[in-house]
Amino acid sequence: MADILLSEAEKTFILHGVRDNVRNDGRSCSEFRPIELELGLVENANGSARVRLANTDVLVAVKCEIDNPSSNFPDEGKLDFFVDCSANATPQFEGKGGEQLAVELAALMSRAYQTRESFNLSTLSIIKGMKCWKLCIDVLILECGGSLIDAISMGTKAALADTKIPKVSVIGSDEGSLELELADEADGREEPLDWHHAPCLVTLNKLEDSLLVDASAEEEACCAAALIVGVSPNKKITTTSIPGHGSFLADSKVFTRALNLAVDVGVKLNTALEAAIKKHQTLKPPPRGFLD
Amino acid sequence: MAGLQLLSEYGLRVDGRRPNELRQIRCKMGVFSQPDGSAYLEQGNTKVLAAVYGPHEVRLNRSKTHHDRAYINCQFSMAVFSTSERKRRPRGDRKSQEMDMNLNQIFESAIRTELYPRSRIDIYLEVLQADGSNFSACVNAATLALIDAGIPLKDYVCSCTSTLAPSQGGAPPTPMVDVNHVEETLGGPGLNMSTLPRLDSVVHLELSGTRLHLSHIDPVAEKASTGAADIMAVLDKAVRGHVAQCLHARELSGQGADA
Repeated sequence: MADILLSEAEKTFILHGVRDNVRNDGRSCSEFRPIELELGLVENANGSARVRLANTDVLVAVKCEIDNPSSNFPDEGKLDFFVDCSANATPQFEGKGGEQLAVELAALMSRAYQTRESFNLSTLSIIKGMKCWKLCIDVLILECGGSLIDAISMGTKAALADTKIPKVSVIGSDEGSLELELADEADGREEPLDWHHAPCLVTLNKLEDSLLVDASAEEEACCAAALIVGVSPNKKITTTSIPGHGSFLADSKVFTRALNLAVDVGVKLNTALEAAIKKHQTLKPPPRGFLD
Repeated sequence: MAGLQLLSEYGLRVDGRRPNELRQIRCKMGVFSQPDGSAYLEQGNTKVLAAVYGPHEVRLNRSKTHHDRAYINCQFSMAVFSTSERKRRPRGDRKSQEMDMNLNQIFESAIRTELYPRSRIDIYLEVLQADGSNFSACVNAATLALIDAGIPLKDYVCSCTSTLAPSQGGAPPTPMVDVNHVEETLGGPGLNMSTLPRLDSVVHLELSGTRLHLSHIDPVAEKASTGAADIMAVLDKAVRGHVAQCLHARELSGQGADA
């Protein structure tokens, strides 16, 4: 992410505001900036979503491939995360510059979705032990303005909600190799996924004793430590991560407070996201994309 | 796909266009706030995002500066989900590197680089959906992004592709403008031309696919050149519309002419 240069006076100004629960743009410490969500932008993909969170712009697409299941889990499908930091976001991402960040984000998303409770991989199985669906979730980061992982997790959940898996049936087997056929238009070609338990990741930045939700790039530059928590709609934590080089005092109350706040905010975020997705799916507005 | 012809007997192409029709072009400038200039362009189903950073100081690699002009750096990247078959690497492979070089050459001849010695201009392109003429759409989007960044150009850089439908029933082969993905893969020659339309100069020319007979080069090139001039009209209208909108927004916000 781009380096922000802040003077000491600006940092002090932000700090004093946060102590009174007022941030530079007028929000309270636990408020998100306005989020824009759009589904179904990418026609080539089985499902896609675009999330715009102030300056942060993320495009997530889900493509389905037929693959062999792993030998440890023969009756489950696979989820494969790939993050691409586009140079559009900052010149530092040119060539291989964004690769380290991309790998970190992809690993974090994989961990968040690892538990069977957040996403039931057995629904992706076609034939036990032989064929399964592999969902390739590709994230394209177009602009970085803070709360990157939050936007990516929201985009992933929305893209999974938009995804339709083609129905597959076996029509023949030939010496151990199987022939699969995609179902006809008339039979109901595609079925949706069960995305309702997918987690949303919330980033909390710690500034002195206050915790900031959805920190802007300037606020992130002042904060000592951050905590990323993956929260599923049923108040369960799927993953945690402390990025960067900050740390939380073990015996202070801040860490417990942070986890509780993260769960609270995460559940609210999940509810709001579900409502927005349902609204989008029922109203089916025409895709606006980047033209608007 | 067997029996799919580039040009049907009624003179219609696979997507219903006539041989001299361009696809619908929709574009928007100033899509993002972080880059100095940005643009989004759709040419039919091909969707491209361009971002321009610069002119700015060269910090890391001092060797990549010219004492008398700006250093242009372009990067062409395709999103992993842009093609119907998922792409493994967005950029860095040989084809993309060749595209980077071609873009560098094009914009080095179009940008007034002598105005910014010892500085650097970065142009980043991202193809969101690839449906043929990807390179041309990128050049057009980059032109808009450069204009949005306020970088002086000698002229609009417009790029267009053309191909030749094989002769049917004794009629001579028909040149067709603005190739889409199906037409690209069906075979035939593909001519990609980038021009400065008002200065009537060609900055880049590339022929790929099957070979083209010498007698057919003129009509095919002529088609691409006319196509580029038509694209310039669309881009010009978009730029003027965008500037009018910006001025209007400034007036409404009270900044006015005295600011």
